[in-house]
Amino acid sequence: MLKILLLFWVLSLQIFLPQHTHAAGKEKTHLVLTGSSTVAPLVSEIARLFEDSHPEIQVDVQSGGSSRGIADARRGLAEIGLVSRDLKENEKDLKAFSIAFDGITIILHRDNPVKKLSNAEIVAIYQGKIKNWEKVGGHDAPITVINKSAGHSTLELFTAYFKLKSTEIHPDVIIGDNAQGIKTLSGNPDAIAYVSIGAAALEAELGTPIKLLPVANISPTLENVQNGRFPIRRPLNLVTQKKPTGWVLRFIQFARSKDVRAVIQEQYFVPLPE
Amino acid sequence: MNRLAPAKNEGFAGFVLWSVAAFIVAVFAWLMADILIHGAAQISWDFLSTAPEKAGRRGGILPILVSTLLIMGVCLLAALPIALGTAILLAEFTPEKSAFGRMVRRALDVLAGVPSIVFGLFGNAFFSVYLGLGFSILSGGLTLACMILPLLIRTLEAGLRANPARDRLAAAALGLSYGASLRHILLPGAAPALLAGLLLGGGRAIAETAALVYTSGYVDRMPGSLLDSGRALSVHIFDLSMNVPGGDQNAYASALVLIVLLFIVNVTTAGIVSRWRKTGLAI
Amino acid sequence: MSPCRSDRNLVILLRLLSAVSGVIVLLIIAFLLKEALPLFQTIGLTRFFSDASWHPTEGRFNIRPMLAGSFLISFGAMGLAAPLALFSGIFSLYYAPQKGARFYQGLITLLAGIPSVVYGLWGLLVLVPLIRKLQAPGASLLAGILILALMILPTIALNAHAALLRVPQALIRGAAALGLSRGQIVKRVVLPLALPGISTGIILGAGRAIGETMAVLMVAGNVVQIPESLFDPVRTLTANIALEMSYALGDHRAALFMSALILMAAVLVLVVAAESIEAKTVYE
Repeated sequence: MLKILLLFWVLSLQIFLPQHTHAAGKEKTHLVLTGSSTVAPLVSEIARLFEDSHPEIQVDVQSGGSSRGIADARRGLAEIGLVSRDLKENEKDLKAFSIAFDGITIILHRDNPVKKLSNAEIVAIYQGKIKNWEKVGGHDAPITVINKSAGHSTLELFTAYFKLKSTEIHPDVIIGDNAQGIKTLSGNPDAIAYVSIGAAALEAELGTPIKLLPVANISPTLENVQNGRFPIRRPLNLVTQKKPTGWVLRFIQFARSKDVRAVIQEQYFVPLPE
Repeated sequence: MNRLAPAKNEGFAGFVLWSVAAFIVAVFAWLMADILIHGAAQISWDFLSTAPEKAGRRGGILPILVSTLLIMGVCLLAALPIALGTAILLAEFTPEKSAFGRMVRRALDVLAGVPSIVFGLFGNAFFSVYLGLGFSILSGGLTLACMILPLLIRTLEAGLRANPARDRLAAAALGLSYGASLRHILLPGAAPALLAGLLLGGGRAIAETAALVYTSGYVDRMPGSLLDSGRALSVHIFDLSMNVPGGDQNAYASALVLIVLLFIVNVTTAGIVSRWRKTGLAI
Repeated sequence: MSPCRSDRNLVILLRLLSAVSGVIVLLIIAFLLKEALPLFQTIGLTRFFSDASWHPTEGRFNIRPMLAGSFLISFGAMGLAAPLALFSGIFSLYYAPQKGARFYQGLITLLAGIPSVVYGLWGLLVLVPLIRKLQAPGASLLAGILILALMILPTIALNAHAALLRVPQALIRGAAALGLSRGQIVKRVVLPLALPGISTGIILGAGRAIGETMAVLMVAGNVVQIPESLFDPVRTLTANIALEMSYALGDHRAALFMSALILMAAVLVLVVAAESIEAKTVYE
């Protein structure tokens, strides 16, 4: 019996040890990036490129909302925090580096006949005053309101632009990531949600049955975000606690360089001006 | 067994019971068929042997399988010595009424009742943050080890207790120390229980989601060491179905893989237990 | 038998290993308290029930909607699953043909091992769209109750089966010899005797139901509100932790640990209740 036990342990060590020696042989430097669920997918792609040219580096990206990006950068849990908005007054102790721009827009299911909504209508829908698509030119069906959970800057910017208080929103479904909102909406033809333009355009491109609505009659295109006409616009930031040095600096420089313009555009975000 | 002759006018009760059973079987058949049909269409050798692409919409689940097995390995490896020690103490050295034994038992009852999300919070606060293991396979495995301890100990203890008293007496009569009789007589007798316990614990570990989300994390690449974050199969299913538009097909396929793994575990355990019963021991 | 010296060392080692379980329980409670305490000291316990709403980032911490969600979903699911599970146990022991019973019991055992995330997946992709056809939005209290009931049904059924099996054969044979019918034996002999064991199983099932996270999170819609109908979305305590933990900071994080403490207290009460019933179980 003891032999079986010993064998089990030895075998398990056999499984684990090569990995350790392997890892010890060429210890990789880890860069940990956490925060905004809007920035995370973009930075993951940038990180993959960065790793390709710097094999000694491993970049770990975890999403969880801009608030977490701020907090983790402050506490040193992450080398770089991801924040999809400008820094607030009380966050100026951190250094922010923009890598791209994004907008926030309303999305509906592709089969929903509604083509546009006025700002007043959007406010009324989110306040629960308009409950049926009939009232805004759709067919007779109850509106399913999808809202973001707290801590996401998409929610903060949305409520700020439409002058909504988060307490007066009456949602039917609460979502975290942009992708979760798009997924929920694609399965429910009577739903309405607001998400990052980049995420929505990318999903629409992949064939997900959603459509992006204009806000204040400005259509949610990359050009309109770029030239500043689109009203809900925000920078995508990398933030650090101290002045970046070493690999952190090199990663930030890479993420702001020309090398990643194509990646940023592929993800339907607006790159920095040249 | 309990077969009793049916009486004449109990048709109604029989009808109700048969329909309940039929209903239960039907609902679960629906569930299994749904997953089997959608999942089987997607599964191929490629699916099992390639990395996920486009957030899991395309590609396979190889790194996720590896992470899952590593998490399970860490979990069993950490839990086994503790469980074995506790089970031996409870089964062999502790009188029913001893205060220490009662305390250990009470602790195990509590541990068995703790919801998995609470284990997740604890694992995050203790292993990931306090011990500085971060989001890693190690954090996840150790959290699961805490979770499966009661199950593992109960199975092992039952296995040890099933050793006939005459073996213990014979060993004592030969002047063997406890340690020696344990090593040569009692533990070999409990070997099937040990195996069954490991399988059950492993099964419980690969089925777990909530305890892993905040301990072993979401990263879906091939782990390079135990300190890397690794996405477990159940977390992958959760993420694909909740967060990835167009991820449903691969979620179904991953669910099918998970169910097949658990089915193998279940059947093996049942086989071990029934063979063991035939040789005259009982759990 | 008198232990020799090497045995004494062995016992010390074993005691140390056994103490680990206790230490883990203490660590869990200590860490939950440590994380929750800062908030507890500043706002006390009452504000978790008296605040206007759950907006933790704005300093409002009313967890009543989540308590209601957990309570309604768990009890709804128990109400559905417990009778079905009991019937299932009686069926497979006394009514099913021998071979059918073996197959049926094997199936239930297999189902008890299916991960909650698989039930959640099925609920999300099959059940929620079906409910949406009845009434939008689909992800609702009802979906949560149905999926949870389905999930805990096999576990309770196994427990009920085991409790029924513990009724001494002699009593059943005696009753049969007195000429009682199958239905009468089950109703008047087996059930009264097995009742404590069955209740224990049901209470432990309730513990599992309250603690379940993923399956419920996937189908219940997760809106913080006290539901007015079965079709309203709800959020449970567990789902609240799982959803918000990733970005919770400061007081918000403390509030989540606080709700974990409440969750644990609820489960402890159930475990103690189950034990006290179990302790009274005397068949002889």
